[in-house]
Amino acid sequence: MSKKKDASYISARDSRKISKFNRKLTKKLEHDRKDSGKDPALYTTTMKNPNNICEFDNVCTYFFTDIGTVKAVDGVSFDIPKCSTVGVVGESGCGKSVTSLSLMQLLQRPTGQTVGGEIRFNMGDGKALNIVKLPDSKMQQIRGSQVSMIFQEPMTSLNPVFRIGEQVNEVIELHNPDMPQEDVKARTLEMLELVGIANKEGVYEMYPHELSGGMRQRVMIAIALACSPSLIIADEPTTALDVTIQAQILDLLENLKKKLNSSIMLITHDLGVVAGMADYVVVMYAGRVVEKGTADDIFHHPAHPYTIGLMRSKPVVGKKVDELYNIPGSVPNPVDMPNYCYFRDRCEMRCEHCDGKYPPEIRISDTHVVSCYRYFEDGQVMDYPKSVNVEEL
Amino acid sequence: MGKFIVKRLLLSIVILFCVMLIVYTLMHCLPTNYIDQQARQLATRPGNTKSAAEWIAELNAQYGMDKGIIAGYFTWMKSAIVGNFGNSWRWTLPVTEKFADVVWYSFALGVATFILQVLIAIPLGVAAARKQYGMTDYTVTVIAMVCNSLPTFFVASLFKLVLCVKLGWFDIGGMISTRTHDAMSPFMQVMDMGWHLVLPTLTIVVVSIGGLMRYTRTNMLEVLNADYIRTARAKGLPESKVISKHAFRNTLIPLVTILGGSLPGLFSGALVTEQLFSIPGIGYTAYQSMIVGDIPFTMFYLSFISILTLLGNLITDILYGVVDPRVRLS
Repeated sequence: MSKKKDASYISARDSRKISKFNRKLTKKLEHDRKDSGKDPALYTTTMKNPNNICEFDNVCTYFFTDIGTVKAVDGVSFDIPKCSTVGVVGESGCGKSVTSLSLMQLLQRPTGQTVGGEIRFNMGDGKALNIVKLPDSKMQQIRGSQVSMIFQEPMTSLNPVFRIGEQVNEVIELHNPDMPQEDVKARTLEMLELVGIANKEGVYEMYPHELSGGMRQRVMIAIALACSPSLIIADEPTTALDVTIQAQILDLLENLKKKLNSSIMLITHDLGVVAGMADYVVVMYAGRVVEKGTADDIFHHPAHPYTIGLMRSKPVVGKKVDELYNIPGSVPNPVDMPNYCYFRDRCEMRCEHCDGKYPPEIRISDTHVVSCYRYFEDGQVMDYPKSVNVEEL
Repeated sequence: MGKFIVKRLLLSIVILFCVMLIVYTLMHCLPTNYIDQQARQLATRPGNTKSAAEWIAELNAQYGMDKGIIAGYFTWMKSAIVGNFGNSWRWTLPVTEKFADVVWYSFALGVATFILQVLIAIPLGVAAARKQYGMTDYTVTVIAMVCNSLPTFFVASLFKLVLCVKLGWFDIGGMISTRTHDAMSPFMQVMDMGWHLVLPTLTIVVVSIGGLMRYTRTNMLEVLNADYIRTARAKGLPESKVISKHAFRNTLIPLVTILGGSLPGLFSGALVTEQLFSIPGIGYTAYQSMIVGDIPFTMFYLSFISILTLLGNLITDILYGVVDPRVRLS
């Protein structure tokens, strides 16, 4: 007798078992994190390449939910070189934002945990910090000063009850406790001017609700850049804005990056934005990196079938098509990922290797890396992404 | 702002006029009637020559109750506007004098309850929200649920049984220790009264704390999930500052509605609790007046509460502007 298995059905006993397991595990993980604060050796490390500002090395961020462990980010590796823009693209739910939140340690804890891998952040003095093991108190010193974040929703990202000036002042005061009050204000006004707010004195005294979406995003950028961070994470900074403002904000980011010598990690699902801004592009699918390379590699020589599908599904000015291409099928269930290539069931270019385990990273040129068996013979096979077995933690 | 307040005050007068008219009408329609009772008593007195019906007519004329509802209401209002609320029928004293005698017991009870409520419920609600689905949260939620579902008379009886009868720490009722009070120094007399207010205060706190706790928790949770809290964390602020500055300031907005609305509660007395502990406060007095149909006292009590309610609403609206710049009037 065959029982029909429904992925979204879960029995009461299983549910209890899962909750119990999650509670035990997250408690242990939280405890470990507290412990790591005692010994700096646990979280200091060295960069593989000192020219990178940040290196993601097989990062695994899982969510321990009541229906099971969701591997939102599972073995993601890529580098962010100094003074460059790295675009992270992929569809909704592929783990782009979770990757950036892992770097900021802003995951919804205790449910969300980075359980494996290393995120090495270059402190500039030859030392690097492993963000994954970093205790909260150290993380608070880095957040906002070394690495800062611009969010997707400018309309709700500013606190409605405090004045703009106060909100920008706050981050400057926090990271420069010795700075006198007048200097803080001067710095805030300077930042407001830098992000293109003409009426800086007026805006300083205003509340967020008195500003438009574009203006609020400028204020968010001012907050993010106030302490001249070496890495700025822009999580879909223009999604909520209309197209003309979008272009202005992107130009602004690009100019400020050059002025401050920072790097930008630009998360978006808008391929046009990436093409215009990014030096390097990382394509993510279902929690893993499927392809990474320079913008030229990705846009002109896409190698992974998913990237090729993405490029074909983007409308091109001047090119007339009857119907825009769409990739068939849908993403596998995140609670129950297959052990073969995640894209296999949707892929139109399958080969005999594809029935095997998840493909390794394959280097097909100096800068271009792809996870697809079609290049197994030609390219240089590198690491396989490694999942963390949560049962063993 | 001034214009807004004046407008609101003028509107309040209209509302007050209508509310008092309704109350006056209801008082007239009560099944119990002070004048009927008095007339019947007078008619059965020895040496009485008039019949009950004659007495009713005479007393009605004396008390001004023979004019009908509308005319009677305007007569009451005319004297009420100049501050003359008449004499209480039940207490045979000027209404305002009786009120001033008893209101302070209730006010002390109200203030103590209010302060304890705020001090206990809000921090517990915040703590529960911070550790959602954790041990603290479940404990707080269970306590809130239990407190919320206990009726006043049950809690009061429980306290009386354990703390008065078994342990003998408190008196079972009243405001003073009857036998020893007069012999005490003035300071000890005040302390004695305070001691007698402990149990009623505890009773009201236990019964009313659950609601405020749950309300704080819900609002705090909503705020904690807001984007600007993530922004505050992304700035590198320590968690304690995120909660106490960014989150709490926003949780205050809905809390102000509740706290502003509790202004009349400070003066209105706790009818059931005062009754249970025989405290001669305004709740107790108002109840006694109502059951005998004492129209002047009830009218004064209810108009006082209505004025406070309207004032409370106005204060809430003004406080809204203080805590939330989005609704501030320019």
